[in-house]
Amino acid sequence: MKALLNVENISKSFGKLNANKNITFNVATGEILAILGENGAGKTTLMNIIFGHYLADKGTIKFNNNELKPGDPKAAISAGIGMVHQHFTLAENLTVLENTLVGTQSLYHPNLTKRKSIDKLNYLAREFGLELDPKQLVRNLSVGEKQRIEILKTLFSDCKLLILDEPTASLTPQEVTTLFTSIRKMVTNGVSVIIISHKLNEILEISDRIVVLRSGAVVGEVKTKNADKTQLGEMIVGHKINRPNRGKNVIGETKIKLCSISVKSDNGTSILDKVTLEARGGEIIGIAGVAGNGQKVLAETMSGHVTPAFGTIYINGKNLTGKYPEDFMRSGVAYIPEDRNLDGTIGDMSIWENVILSETKNTKIFQKNGILNRINSHNLAHAVCQNNDVRYQSIQQPARLLSGGNIQKLLIGRWLIRKPNVIIACQPSRGLDEGAISTVHKTLLSERKKSTAIILISEDLDELLLLSDKILVLYNGKLSETIENRNVNINQLGLKMAGEGF
Amino acid sequence: MRLEAREQTPAWLPWIAIISSSLATLIFAAVLIIVAGASPIEGFYELFRGAFGSKNSIAETGATATPLIFTGLAAAVAFRARFWNIGAEGQLYIGALATTFFGTGLIQFAPFIMIPFLFLMGFIFGALALLPLVLLRQYLKVDEVVTTLLMNFVIILLVSYLLEGPWKDPYSLGWPQAAPIVDSGVLPQIIPRTRLHLGFAIAVSIAIVIWYVQTKTLFGFSTRAVGFNPSAAKHSGISVTKTMIGVAILSGGIAGLAGVSETAGLKGYLTLDLSPGFGYTGIAVAMLGNLHPIGVIFSAMFIAVIYVGADAMSRAIEVPTYLADVIVASTILTVLVSLVLIKYRIIFKGKF
Repeated sequence: MKALLNVENISKSFGKLNANKNITFNVATGEILAILGENGAGKTTLMNIIFGHYLADKGTIKFNNNELKPGDPKAAISAGIGMVHQHFTLAENLTVLENTLVGTQSLYHPNLTKRKSIDKLNYLAREFGLELDPKQLVRNLSVGEKQRIEILKTLFSDCKLLILDEPTASLTPQEVTTLFTSIRKMVTNGVSVIIISHKLNEILEISDRIVVLRSGAVVGEVKTKNADKTQLGEMIVGHKINRPNRGKNVIGETKIKLCSISVKSDNGTSILDKVTLEARGGEIIGIAGVAGNGQKVLAETMSGHVTPAFGTIYINGKNLTGKYPEDFMRSGVAYIPEDRNLDGTIGDMSIWENVILSETKNTKIFQKNGILNRINSHNLAHAVCQNNDVRYQSIQQPARLLSGGNIQKLLIGRWLIRKPNVIIACQPSRGLDEGAISTVHKTLLSERKKSTAIILISEDLDELLLLSDKILVLYNGKLSETIENRNVNINQLGLKMAGEGF
Repeated sequence: MRLEAREQTPAWLPWIAIISSSLATLIFAAVLIIVAGASPIEGFYELFRGAFGSKNSIAETGATATPLIFTGLAAAVAFRARFWNIGAEGQLYIGALATTFFGTGLIQFAPFIMIPFLFLMGFIFGALALLPLVLLRQYLKVDEVVTTLLMNFVIILLVSYLLEGPWKDPYSLGWPQAAPIVDSGVLPQIIPRTRLHLGFAIAVSIAIVIWYVQTKTLFGFSTRAVGFNPSAAKHSGISVTKTMIGVAILSGGIAGLAGVSETAGLKGYLTLDLSPGFGYTGIAVAMLGNLHPIGVIFSAMFIAVIYVGADAMSRAIEVPTYLADVIVASTILTVLVSLVLIKYRIIFKGKF
């Protein structure tokens, strides 16, 4: 087969970090190539170089045997490369059609082409199974539909190579199936596809060939039909993967109870609708669901940051409805927020200051009259880092220099000082490397052993199935009934995540 | 060319940055003095002689620095928490109004009670002037840059009304000024027969207290946390609103102290030209001092040296006094650039 894209010896470093090291591979016409690797392996950097967002330090990219002008997304687009980013770049207040036209046509183009554009859009949508109403406002669409626009946009500008960055990250299993059907249709029409992912199963299902990246370098390349799952997994991580075992647990008393909680947004729409939930000591309750169905508000309600419009919350049997986050903390609630850099830690403060951030009521740290005890603070910081395997050079270094995994371990370790009764963990392993994920999982399981109630909110079904005792699905602010982990049927769960039965 | 964040800043770098930015300013000022038709060497000599040449000139420099230390601290304390109080000018006048209200005969104590009493009143009323604005920000998301800035004009018009009307001193021969502060409330001079008064010592002590509070206490810690990342502070159980209110009380109060110090120390009575923009210059002082309370003392001194010295220089070698403003402005620019370079390094490679 003729090579459409040749990537030759691409290297790129950010400061001391070598994000890409001498990467070479090619994509043939009509081929689906998967770039597999864990977070931080350099997948997205590589794609951004191909697309011209970043300038490589070294190496060349040839498209159709012509060298692509480096560092120029326009050159990439006009050559026929389209990219769908993990985080969409759509204007929410414009229609599907308008979003397609933005950037694909000259800004000063007279309006005459609108009719023609609608026809072309409808044709493409039908041809590739990406049905959408061109006049619909983007803000009313689901995540899956928004992704379709992004794909349509690239097809609209006659793309020959489509790059999809973690396309299934926030889709339901059913949406993934639809997406894959569309991808197959594109390939039969002569479009090549690069799909970036860290999800093994999906890659094995859709791709023709797999390139594995680890720490910025290509560590392997296999034809998918010859690929072996465990072997691939080890190739990604560099060593054997040890999944922790859940083990037996002793169920204790009810630690957190939500009774018919409703939360409304500023404009009156319902974010949480009569949510009832209970977690007992030694239990991990998994909350499944596609992002944006009320997960963050649910977590913030359970930690006192959001006051519900209706309903009551009990922590350890005490009614804390309408109380402040400080009161929830005092009752033993620990909240590990989804965005650990924005809500969890302060990058510009040192590691030890981040450790004592939630210890402002601790009289060993802030003695009477609020005087800071530096020695105790430093000792505490050392202890937290050691107990939770945080890798650091000095506790004086700013937290922003820590990797995502170490930040998360620091954040969790900080909460464990307080010996929590309830842990609310939001996407605790998102964006972490395997090593950190396994530490986080082990920590949660050991807390479960200590009879802590844990609410695990995650989009990652594998994680939920691995850790949770019971699983509920959150859809559009409503919770499904409780399903025991051993009775879970993935297909059913997927249908629920897509809103069936709500 | 691009900027790349430094992972670690070497300890010597800030010093090199301060020295090189001062050098850059001096070179720039020298060019301007040459353009004005004088010798830069003679100009700088006159500038430093004007600021340090005699007991009187040193005292004058200290007296000029005094209100700038106060307003610089007011800005530095607020900016640390990312609370943009541009209203130190107004809060200064509120402090001056409080001094005039309590200090012109309403109450009389012995000096050792009267002076602390006036400072306390200045602090309280300065703080009260800022308090509603921080509440507006925290509860109704009203931008504090707008409210604090506009409040300056409201307050200055109020002062103008009082001085032209009810508070006008009948013995002032028609000038819009208030009655003089009673003798027991006037701040004593530090160097006899100069304009350097107790206010300077108080300003320096307040700076040291603020430094202590910021580095050693829960309030200082919360302030930094809230300033860097309010959301993370909130999620760790620190009340952002309470911290912000504390910051506003401190910032407004310290600005109020500037008004007390100027009214009861330098002038002896309130006039409309009490402050030639000390509140605004305080922002520059805070920036120049890198929002550090001790840094504020030095940057206020530096700006006072430039103002007092440039005044003397302009008289001695006949260059415009405006050079002082230009030198201060260019210092701020070079220091801000050097602060960026402390955090980032420039990479001269690749495309622009």
